[in-house]
Amino acid sequence: MIPGLLSRTTPDPGDNGLPGLHRVPIWFNDPLNWKGPDGLLAYTSEHIVYTIVVLAVAMVIAVPLGLLIGHTGRGSAAIGGSVNALRAVPPLGLLILLIAVISPHIHITQGFTYLIARGSVPYFIPAMAVLLVLAISPILTSTYAGVQAIDPAVRDAARGMGMRPVQVVTRVEFPNALPLIMSGMRSATLQVIATMTVAAYAPLVGGIGRLIVDGDQDLTSLRYGYPAMVAGGITVAVLALAAEGLLALLQRRVVSRGITGRYSTRREKYERHPPAASRGARAGSARRMRRSGQLSHT
Amino acid sequence: MGALWHYFLSNRQQVQGWAITTIWLAAVPLAAGLALALPAGWAASRFRWSYPPLVSLAGALYTIPSLVLFLLLPGILGTGILDTLNVAVALTVYTFALLVRAVADGLSAVNADTLSAASAMGYTGRQLLIGVQLPLAVPVIGSGLRVAAVANLSLVSVASIIGTSQLGQLFITGSSLGILTPIVLGLICFVILALCFDLVIRLAMRVLAPWRRAVPG
Amino acid sequence: MIRFDSVTKRYAGGTVAVRDFSLEAPSGQITVLVGPSGCGKTTTLRMINRMIDPTSGRILLNDRDVATLRPFELRRGIGYVIQQGGLFPHKTVIGNIETVPLLLGQDRRRAQARALELLDRVGLPAEVAGRYPAQLSGGQQQRVGVARALAGDPPVMLMDEPFSAVDPVVRAQLQEVLVRLQGDLGKTIVFVTHDIDEAIKLGDQIAVMRPGGTLAQFARPPELLSRPADAFVAGFVGRDRGYRALGFAAAGALPLAPERTVRLGGPLKAARDRGADGWALVVDDREHPLGWLATGEVPDAALGGDVETGLLSLGGTLATEAGTLREALDAALSSPSGRGVIVHPDGRFAGTVTASQVLTAIESRAARLRQQAVHDAGKQPAGPGRSGRSADDDVAATGIGRT
Repeated sequence: MIPGLLSRTTPDPGDNGLPGLHRVPIWFNDPLNWKGPDGLLAYTSEHIVYTIVVLAVAMVIAVPLGLLIGHTGRGSAAIGGSVNALRAVPPLGLLILLIAVISPHIHITQGFTYLIARGSVPYFIPAMAVLLVLAISPILTSTYAGVQAIDPAVRDAARGMGMRPVQVVTRVEFPNALPLIMSGMRSATLQVIATMTVAAYAPLVGGIGRLIVDGDQDLTSLRYGYPAMVAGGITVAVLALAAEGLLALLQRRVVSRGITGRYSTRREKYERHPPAASRGARAGSARRMRRSGQLSHT
Repeated sequence: MGALWHYFLSNRQQVQGWAITTIWLAAVPLAAGLALALPAGWAASRFRWSYPPLVSLAGALYTIPSLVLFLLLPGILGTGILDTLNVAVALTVYTFALLVRAVADGLSAVNADTLSAASAMGYTGRQLLIGVQLPLAVPVIGSGLRVAAVANLSLVSVASIIGTSQLGQLFITGSSLGILTPIVLGLICFVILALCFDLVIRLAMRVLAPWRRAVPG
Repeated sequence: MIRFDSVTKRYAGGTVAVRDFSLEAPSGQITVLVGPSGCGKTTTLRMINRMIDPTSGRILLNDRDVATLRPFELRRGIGYVIQQGGLFPHKTVIGNIETVPLLLGQDRRRAQARALELLDRVGLPAEVAGRYPAQLSGGQQQRVGVARALAGDPPVMLMDEPFSAVDPVVRAQLQEVLVRLQGDLGKTIVFVTHDIDEAIKLGDQIAVMRPGGTLAQFARPPELLSRPADAFVAGFVGRDRGYRALGFAAAGALPLAPERTVRLGGPLKAARDRGADGWALVVDDREHPLGWLATGEVPDAALGGDVETGLLSLGGTLATEAGTLREALDAALSSPSGRGVIVHPDGRFAGTVTASQVLTAIESRAARLRQQAVHDAGKQPAGPGRSGRSADDDVAATGIGRT
């Protein structure tokens, strides 16, 4: 790597005044861009950890709530409606509003390892709050839709055989709603990974969005400008695709094969009892004329 | 309330300019995305072998975060980073990705019996498509369009991160000046716009498919 | 024993689904609730296990008011089979059947062994144990549903149109499974259906319900057929009542004519010699009838050959010796030779009977019943819809139930 190449700030020829896209692989190739507290690796790991935390909290809130709404059949209009309405609210606007309103009142100054920078907590909380709201919406909707989509006969049978309501929910409704719950979770994951970049608008908050937001300050810089922004963007896209792939695999493992239709042809593992005597006689019968008992009624 | 109105009045031109930009930035991609998705979705429904690859491609496209596209497009298209064209193209890609599946599913969902009855009556393939399948697919495509409309509006605001000039700039203004009014105004505008788009699409659905009441929610 | 005590179910808005319903379903028997749509039969059934609670009246299960028991405890002691099966899609067949025993706290191994045993009882091969419900046919799913309901060995079973969603052939098979199980297990079963023939076939007692939720008649099948309580019941029970009632009439001692039979694989020439009126009865090595051979149709040139199955006419049905008059009449009518084939209970050929002989038996029986009715009417005041023993109950004595 020629040091001079990286520190040059004059823009490449191009009509839009931005360094060309060929700068991006060069950016990726420079190890200095990866290491350190403001390197790609640090930002990526922050991005991943934040995503996991937000999703975990969202699942803990949205899945039980969705199961409750789906099981009782009540509240879908009120809660579901308001949750859906939140989708129309622009996340950036919500973030800025929350920062303006809440951050001044949060007085926590210490940080937490490398994940949460010192002094960033007042901004971290609104950012995570916005992402949480964004994640809860699809998970909640798909959970209660998943329960409602279950064949009513199955829920009736579960109740009729003597399961308590909680057992009906955990043993029957939840497993059968899993395909939809998982699809809601996948949708939520993608949204969170994507919108986490916007969350970096909040000062000091980490994640790959930091590269993008900071890059806007000096677009022509080859190290921190447009190439960094694009590199960050590509990393987020790769992260999103990887997450989607992982979750697809998880869905395949977790959802019962009886529902998805993926039946294996593994050998039957149940041992046969000694055949009943009646079976042999029935199988061997060569009776041609029908017993009148099998005549259908007139 | 009064403060909001006052702010709007004093910055009327700027806000109106932003509003118009926002509206066309959300609406044009909807139309363009739909126009592109119709033939693609029709192909996916007609040639079943093409359905999985097309839908997977659409899914992959949709997975790419919007900000990423807003950033890549200047490099690819040669536009300036603030150019609204980036946003329009990106949103078209997203609308297309979202609607391909809706169109394919909507066209395939038409009852096989209805189709055979119609062709037995003498409809040609094209007449079937335009006269029977499309109208019956309107509810599915329409609800996909409603989702796309809300998503697009939301994504337009994200472009403020790079500085694109639209209503999202109200948030930036409020943030840098440290006042709440433009922020709240911006939020209200976006919500109103979302409701309007939703209403227009639902009306269109009702006009095109009057035998079905618009699917709620 | 299940007793309904003036049970009424009224919904908000005024609809009365069940009105003042009183009935006693005896233990160890199948009581069928039958009626057209809107008669409240399913509602009545679902009040037994408290899926629905009555507006007024009580339901007593072995003299305990079901309202005093906690619903899920009550239901764990009642088997519940519904029309669409309601099998859990996310569990295998064996997982489904194990559900109630596991709920009751039994250990895994016992529950699984019991499940396999029940699978066999309902006539399913062990291979289906590891499959999922979506891989089974409708009939197989219903069998699993029955097995699942039996798994906890409940004394009571509630069945809500369990066989209505399958085709007639499968339905007949499932009905036979139920009859066989009931013979082995003797549960108290309440069975809902809209099909009067299914009711007559399966029920020990039948309760006919009217739209509006009232009880029209509660009687045993022969009485329902011969003495419907009113025009509604008569219309609902349908036509051919006289003929169907024969299904409950024991054939008794019909005059059986001997017949010289021909072995399958034996010489055709012998068939020609032994046949009477142009027909010879062909049997197998165990004396089980296989079909009729039209001796007149065998061309002289082929006379050197053997009796083969391709030459047989298979039209006739078989009736058992101790069977019903209906079986016997049908055997006679459907036989190509005009001679109805009667077999011993083990399947060996017993003799033949003609249609006119059966009709004679039918008429003498009818005359006997008419005399009896006149005699009874003279002794007590006539009461419509009385449930009780009558001369038609000779069926119970011979042990033959249904046709």
